[in-house]
Amino acid sequence: MADTPIQAEMDVERQKLEADIVCIGFGPATAGFLIELSRHIGGEEGAPPLASRCQPGMPLQVLCYERAEDLGFGVSGVVTRARSIRESLPGLSPADIPLGAAVTSERMVYLLDPVGASRRSRTVRIGDRILRLAGGALGMRDDAWELPWIPGFLHKTGGWVLSMGQFMQWAGMRLMGSGLVQLWPGMPVSRAVLDGQRVVGVQLLDQGTDRQGRPSDGFLPGMEVRAELTVVGDGPVGSVGRQLDERFGRPSRSEAPSDWAVGMKMVVDLPENSPLAPGAVYHTFGYPEPEIFGFMYVHPDRVASLGIFVPSWLNSPVRTAYRCLQHWIQHPYLARRLEGARLRSWGAKTLQESGRRAEPFLVGDGFARIGEGSGSTNVLTGSGVDEAWATGAQLAAGVAELWRAGLPMSRDRLEAAYEQRRRSSWVEREARVAERSRDGFRRGIVRGMLGMALAGWTGGRLWWPGGSRSKPRPIESLESFYRGRLTPEEIDAERRRSQSQGLALHEVLMERAGWPPIPHDGRLLVSHQDALLLGGKVQAPPGYTDHVVYMDPGLCETCGSRLCIEVCSGQALRPGERGVPAFDREKCVHCGACLWSCTRTLPGRPERSNLDFRVGAGGLHSAEN
Amino acid sequence: MTSTGYNIVVCGGLAPDPLQSLEPAMGPSGPALKNEMMLPVVLDPWASHALYEAAHLAGRIPGSKVWLVSLGHRGKLQQMMMTVAQKVPFELVAIEGAAGGFTDPAETAAALAEAIRSIPGLDPARLLVWGGWESATRGAGVTMALVGERLGIQDQFQGVDEFKVQPDGSFRILERVEGGQHQVSICTGPPVLAGWATGSLPEPRNNPQIGMQNMRSVMPALQKARTAKVGAEGVRFDRITLPQQQRATRVVKDLSPDQIADEIIGWIRQP
Repeated sequence: MADTPIQAEMDVERQKLEADIVCIGFGPATAGFLIELSRHIGGEEGAPPLASRCQPGMPLQVLCYERAEDLGFGVSGVVTRARSIRESLPGLSPADIPLGAAVTSERMVYLLDPVGASRRSRTVRIGDRILRLAGGALGMRDDAWELPWIPGFLHKTGGWVLSMGQFMQWAGMRLMGSGLVQLWPGMPVSRAVLDGQRVVGVQLLDQGTDRQGRPSDGFLPGMEVRAELTVVGDGPVGSVGRQLDERFGRPSRSEAPSDWAVGMKMVVDLPENSPLAPGAVYHTFGYPEPEIFGFMYVHPDRVASLGIFVPSWLNSPVRTAYRCLQHWIQHPYLARRLEGARLRSWGAKTLQESGRRAEPFLVGDGFARIGEGSGSTNVLTGSGVDEAWATGAQLAAGVAELWRAGLPMSRDRLEAAYEQRRRSSWVEREARVAERSRDGFRRGIVRGMLGMALAGWTGGRLWWPGGSRSKPRPIESLESFYRGRLTPEEIDAERRRSQSQGLALHEVLMERAGWPPIPHDGRLLVSHQDALLLGGKVQAPPGYTDHVVYMDPGLCETCGSRLCIEVCSGQALRPGERGVPAFDREKCVHCGACLWSCTRTLPGRPERSNLDFRVGAGGLHSAEN
Repeated sequence: MTSTGYNIVVCGGLAPDPLQSLEPAMGPSGPALKNEMMLPVVLDPWASHALYEAAHLAGRIPGSKVWLVSLGHRGKLQQMMMTVAQKVPFELVAIEGAAGGFTDPAETAAALAEAIRSIPGLDPARLLVWGGWESATRGAGVTMALVGERLGIQDQFQGVDEFKVQPDGSFRILERVEGGQHQVSICTGPPVLAGWATGSLPEPRNNPQIGMQNMRSVMPALQKARTAKVGAEGVRFDRITLPQQQRATRVVKDLSPDQIADEIIGWIRQP
């Protein structure tokens, strides 16, 4: 069996560094924390500046380590109400941020299946037939129906369209310009350092290793950065967050995250004659599969962000977000609006969609958790950035109070200063409404949508029950999924062919099931590899260990689905020897979808999948996402 | 006692991250790159080699010190420093300049030379001025030579791949010439200007301690950066072109390195 889940400690001498606060990851939660905290460090609003405890006479020493090679690499486009951002930065206008725009219009669009290959339930097919019959009266066009209204809980009226990459760069420059905090991209944190039950800092990833993590040319052991407070904002699949979950367990009312989605998006240049106005927002559902939601946000200067969310409850054993994305942008409703557009940037990330139900311990001795990894995402309103920023800002306000009073960063103090603030805020109120809103999707798309509506309209008092959540829903077998379209013999032949050629199964199976081949045009419809290189500019620096590890390769040999390969956003996982997937670090976009798609669990540990997704270097190299 | 160390000043500007797709656009002051402010930046790759070599030399000769003189948009310089400052120890001298577009190399050289002259305590007799022999962006490959002229440095070397200090204190310098050959020169000592090609050192690992140490001078240097009026006033552009990105993707397994090399050579030779 491979190494322990968290990178093993090597018995080497490590340099040590002292700081007051160390942050893991620079996403919207950490940006909110640092922007808010920097006001206190500098002594704004008449309060005395915050002084360092580790370097007397100096201001508070705050370090933030980001895994990606620059700030804003690998995060996504967004439409947000931006309540917390505006609260932290009064007077800020979206026009101050590159690619930012105020929301000017919102549409929710149901996409019918113009191809006939989508897997639709009987109820959905009946609904589609009615829509087609009544199409003219309802204003149907391009095989799509624009809903006449959008439920209030989904509205982003008064909100902003942002490129998260550009917003993070903007926030980072503002922070660095203040001189009050230090941001270090290209520096992954491998684990939290513990002293008993107390987190006392972080250990940075070893550099100059081979793929197995053994010392190689230019070996530089990861430094230990000791700090009184460690702020964990490493996102939905962050390895430090998972390390803390393993060490401290979960609150009794919390469950392991079980609802996920991979969000894949592209940024496109629109043609000069594009009718799309800046600030226009489109939400879609119904195609290419009924369970797949889509979005398009229009930025200034004829740029748009668009993409889809492929949820974990899409019970398909052959799913690649990229292939689905290509079919989605060819839907007549979108194709008409995107005619002449050209791919500019591309990327993917995981979304943790269990929200508050999977909330971990928010604080402990010496640490606090913020953002998506802390269960802040609101799955009913489809909002994560606003909430993540808010949790960071709430922690900053609490930490400033404690620091100023000379109090320690202990669990009980952080509970009072941060957790109670969060509990009494709109983040918690709205999260409670959303908590069970998506349960119905476990019983199908129609019941899922009805469940969301029920929860939204009743303030979370009613929802559609989704059955047991204690164990993940098993993924359907290929033979069952394609029953009536492909015989088991045909599937077996394709499986053997893909294994021998080192190819994923989905391409050939989807086409055999009726999905048309992609007519690559070199502009918007490009091969997956071209999306990686031209869009995501994906690369990985040498000298780091592999971050995708199969703990027990023997389990992979008997795995029938190998969903990790089918779901991989970057074609970084491919069929390998004896059925054990081969990992190519240079193609990984660090979306983390393989982590929650692995269907094999370790013997005696049903909560642990066989695939471990550790922290790693490299990935997307575009800040336009 | 007089130090035997060197004062190594490296000149290096910003370049868009080489993985980005570049597109020409017409800005208010002439040709520029579309959305240049949104593109991630790196230290110009040629100058990066010079900086790594400078730090390596300074590490071996006690009493030596490295400065990095960089002209560019202040925000972008700050962004670049988050990465570069983790690599090797140096002190930053920042000059606020244009955010994009073309600049006249003579004006750039004048600003760089003036900044070098203004470095407190710099010993001209121990001075090594290094930089890239050309720029990965819009330089004409003459900037370093003009900097040397303005500083009165007569010993100038371009396309340098190796710079060795000999036991008698003289320098043995290898410059690139045609056909993969090097010209070997012996120079008695500083001041010397070297425009580096690639050198031989790999990119150093990110070192948080070096980053912390550098940042103590980086932020003050950015805050007090003087503005230099550099641009291309009065220049008329007949034509501009960008390097064209070409891609031909094929997935092939089990080819030997020789076969792959043959394929690449064949592809390069295509008309």
